[in-house]
Amino acid sequence: MSTVKNEREPLFSAKNIRLMTTPLNKENPITKQVLGICSALAVTVKVEPAIVMAISVMAVMAIGNLVISLLRNSIPNRIRIIVQLVVIAALVILVDQVLKAYSYDVSKQLSVFVGLIITNCIIMGRFEAFAMGNKPWPSFLDGLGNAAGYGWILIAVAVARELFGSGTIMGMTIIPEGFYKFGYVNNGLMILPPMALIVVAVIIWIQRARNKDMVEEN
Amino acid sequence: MEYLNIFVKSIFIDNMVFAYFLGMCSYLAVSKTVKTSVGLGLAVIFVLGITVPVDYLLNNYLLAPGALSWLGAEYADVDLSFLSFIMFIAVIASMVQLVEMIVEKFSPSLYASLGIFLPLIAVNCAILGGSLFMQQREYQNIGEATVFGLGSGVGWFLAIVAIAAIREKITYSNVPAPLRGLGITFIITGLMGIAFMTFMGIKL
Repeated sequence: MSTVKNEREPLFSAKNIRLMTTPLNKENPITKQVLGICSALAVTVKVEPAIVMAISVMAVMAIGNLVISLLRNSIPNRIRIIVQLVVIAALVILVDQVLKAYSYDVSKQLSVFVGLIITNCIIMGRFEAFAMGNKPWPSFLDGLGNAAGYGWILIAVAVARELFGSGTIMGMTIIPEGFYKFGYVNNGLMILPPMALIVVAVIIWIQRARNKDMVEEN
Repeated sequence: MEYLNIFVKSIFIDNMVFAYFLGMCSYLAVSKTVKTSVGLGLAVIFVLGITVPVDYLLNNYLLAPGALSWLGAEYADVDLSFLSFIMFIAVIASMVQLVEMIVEKFSPSLYASLGIFLPLIAVNCAILGGSLFMQQREYQNIGEATVFGLGSGVGWFLAIVAIAAIREKITYSNVPAPLRGLGITFIITGLMGIAFMTFMGIKL
């Protein structure tokens, strides 16, 4: 037994790295696992709230996964959902208070969606699927990886919507003035909610066209 | 008149799915057949209709700034609103548990057909979203809050039944391979959202 214990896995072994990289593409929480769509779409009108949202989710997920993984042997199976919800809610309250203190404007823009991180299925989903059955360090990495996979879709959608909808990124004008003189018009539809869905659909389309094994049968 | 306005507004204009994308996870996962989506939709209406008024009372008599003034003047400036997330989610989780027990007792067939989806309502963002919007929009009395809760539930019900009906038919269409399943559902939802936007600006 002791020899097994001495051969500790290095912190960034190939297996652990894979935990962080597969959610970015093949096992992406949004495009493959269909988790966490709710908040993903609503905060993507502008890039700035999207980045803040991605960071908030990353903090909640990584720490939450760690906490649940540490507690996993002492949580009674029957009431685990409530325990998980309490852990998430406590972390989200912290994030909300920090946001209100340090970036009040973004916090106002995100409105109820900070609170909705609690019911973001991606967090519950990873708790159930990973943290309840794995050691703390891999769980922490899994949380980071999945939140990063969630975050890059969020930011990609936000860049597309802000660029074509308002001609800016992070509030800076990108589309040159000259374009407007030749009759280029910002697409107002991109700012409206339904376009978020269609932009995500396009991302899924591109991703699945490149990875044939991800194609579903109807 | 005010009630009717809130009701219609929460169904069509502020539709949970098309305007705020709430409850998308179960919306996408459960909408493969009309039958199960009707069951889930009804459960969501019911849970929203109960939790929003309960959370309204909780918010107005316990959490909002100055809400504790009924305890005496010295509590008048206590602000517990930072606790609202954890209180709301606790109410929702216990209500869902209650609904589950009632349904199991009185209608075992419905209970069996809903299966896993009933407990999952606890983590449906539409439910918590309903309570948070109620808190944010500051409805005047409990009647308005109840009507808002029921209206949001009906809006969600309509959305999930509509998409389920479309998805049942889409099995017969030739969708481009990479778009099958998730992708095409997103696009249809987007188009339905554009259609729902025509209700914008209706005022009764």
